[in-house]
Amino acid sequence: MKENIVIIGGGIAGMEAAKQLLVLGYNPIIIEQEDHLGGHVFQWHKLFPDMTSSHELLNDLSNQIKDANVFLETKVNSLNALGDSYNVILNNGVNIVAKAILIASGFHLFDAAKKEEYGYGVYDHVITNADLEAWFNKRADARIPEHPKAVGFVHCVGSRDLKAGNSQCSKVCCTTAIKQAIEVKEIFPDTEVYCFYMDLRLFGKKYEDFYINAQRDFGVHFIRGRVSEVGETIDNRLQVKAEDTLTGKPLKVTLDLLVLMSGMVCNPRTNELANMVGLDIDDDGFLKSRDNVYSIMESNRPGIFYAGACTGTKTVPETVAEARAAVLSIHRYLTKA
Amino acid sequence: MITEGKQKIWSDYQKEIPDDHWYYVRSCIRQNFFPASEKMFTEITRKVLGKDIYETPHHTTCGGIAYHCDTIPQETVMTIVARQFALMTEAGYENYVPSCITSFGNYCEILETWHEFPELEAKIRENLWKACKREFNKPKYLAHTSDLIYHWRNAIAAKAKHHLVNKETGEPLKIVEHIGCHYAKMFPSKGVGGAEYPYVLAGMIESWGGQVVDYPERRHCCGYGFRQYHVKANRSYSVSNTWKKFESMEPFHPDAIITNCPGCPYFLDRWQYVIAEQTGKTYGKDGYGIPVLTYEELAGIILGYDPWDLGLQLHQVAVEPLLDKIGVEYDPKAKYLGLNKEDIMRPELPKSIKCC
Repeated sequence: MKENIVIIGGGIAGMEAAKQLLVLGYNPIIIEQEDHLGGHVFQWHKLFPDMTSSHELLNDLSNQIKDANVFLETKVNSLNALGDSYNVILNNGVNIVAKAILIASGFHLFDAAKKEEYGYGVYDHVITNADLEAWFNKRADARIPEHPKAVGFVHCVGSRDLKAGNSQCSKVCCTTAIKQAIEVKEIFPDTEVYCFYMDLRLFGKKYEDFYINAQRDFGVHFIRGRVSEVGETIDNRLQVKAEDTLTGKPLKVTLDLLVLMSGMVCNPRTNELANMVGLDIDDDGFLKSRDNVYSIMESNRPGIFYAGACTGTKTVPETVAEARAAVLSIHRYLTKA
Repeated sequence: MITEGKQKIWSDYQKEIPDDHWYYVRSCIRQNFFPASEKMFTEITRKVLGKDIYETPHHTTCGGIAYHCDTIPQETVMTIVARQFALMTEAGYENYVPSCITSFGNYCEILETWHEFPELEAKIRENLWKACKREFNKPKYLAHTSDLIYHWRNAIAAKAKHHLVNKETGEPLKIVEHIGCHYAKMFPSKGVGGAEYPYVLAGMIESWGGQVVDYPERRHCCGYGFRQYHVKANRSYSVSNTWKKFESMEPFHPDAIITNCPGCPYFLDRWQYVIAEQTGKTYGKDGYGIPVLTYEELAGIILGYDPWDLGLQLHQVAVEPLLDKIGVEYDPKAKYLGLNKEDIMRPELPKSIKCC
């Protein structure tokens, strides 16, 4: 009989881990609270830097994990140690005993309404990065004008922001903003696009090229300075005030759409799981790995492993690589035992 | 504009405001700017609403203006404030309500500082004892006078003789609300509605039948900004800030502006004349300006007080167009008669902005 491995979270990390566990001959069981797999990537349109289709990626992954057991719209009610195993009780009454648990519960998008000065949920044409991705997919959102003359992107919304309670960089927002700015220019070539940033963190392969392309080929304007406030004009446009810290001057621009790059914050559901079984939580609210250099996938409890953004902000390639590494850690743990 | 979004924020920033027994402290400058405002506060709260509002002549400046002009050490300001709290304690009160926004911000900042640094509070207690042998309790509740009028806005509306409605058209009057910078920008949780979308004046406008105007430069400083005005060389900067606000609100055609700060109504009122002199431009209809009122003056109008008893003749911008829209009866000949009906003299009227 194949060994059960419970994977909590059916996003890109959980799916990739299930795929690899199947290859190694295990019985992965995915517990996902939504009615579909894919996590945040399911909502996304294209992934940087190659403009990879999110849905093609997820379809491909889904096809490769058909033999995995998947519980959708399901939550973990309790997670307890049981000898050298764990007893996982689901809210549908199912009880699973497994020697290894992989937590891949991901992150939450920062609630942009908390940055009140930007007016998300108050002004008609202020949206988030997730809202824009949904529009790229469905092309239906009354907040997005048919022919915007000017569009702005605000980087670091809820990231690197002690007032918002989050000191961490969300890693993906800079490149996502560039990607979305390019996509907006592709759809609306005559639209002026402005990116308001603190500093650009473009550390990944081809990210810097992406940034240069945005300026050279698409004419996206990059302004180093944070937006201070947003207001609505008589004709229902947005007046945005910021400081251009390179020229040392305040600036004011009128836009038709403002996109807030909401950052990654810890998933509160993950903390509930952590409390069930005594997992350590880090200062930033994410799960605490045994260390942040060599054992990122390992928890403080034997048999419980981590993959993806449950331990901190991650890109998709990092998440996929971590899922594979976590599977190897699980395999080594079980074969040693 | 998504009203529900604002309402969600307003519900997040509500503060507990006791219904009675307040120790009231006046502003240093309001009595010189629009003297009837503070008088109306005590008139409305004591006589109309029957509340216990106590004040003492021993109260002094809070030191806030000097503090924000960088001309006084913070520990001196704290000791002054400690003395005010001692007066409150000696009078047997625990709810403290200043009339000045800068004082309110000053008190909030000092109480918060003492909370974070209790050793500093201990030092200030020692300073106060050495200086005047006084001791104090910190206020149990701290509110600004506009918080109290907000708290009692529906009670005022219930006794209203007029509403913020255009008597000719039946439409709600469009009112700009301007919040003093020191009300909630430093401590959003201390203000009704928070810092970005304060509800304290908006709530009064809605309750009294008007419609709130939200315009792009709503949050911008009125132009007073102590170091802008008190440093004479900066005064053009002061008026340019005010100009920016008027240019921004102009397309919305507001019928009036109300404020909750000592300096804001003064500068928004007086600078309209200066802007008219400098540029030839006025922002009201037919060459008039936009009337600027304090919330106490507006409450007085709503309750049916005589406009001249409210001191509205001391405004630079004529208030008569607003009174006519609301349907307030007034005697133009009595505009410049004092309390004893003696002529208090007439100001020279400018040509650049129409006055009555």
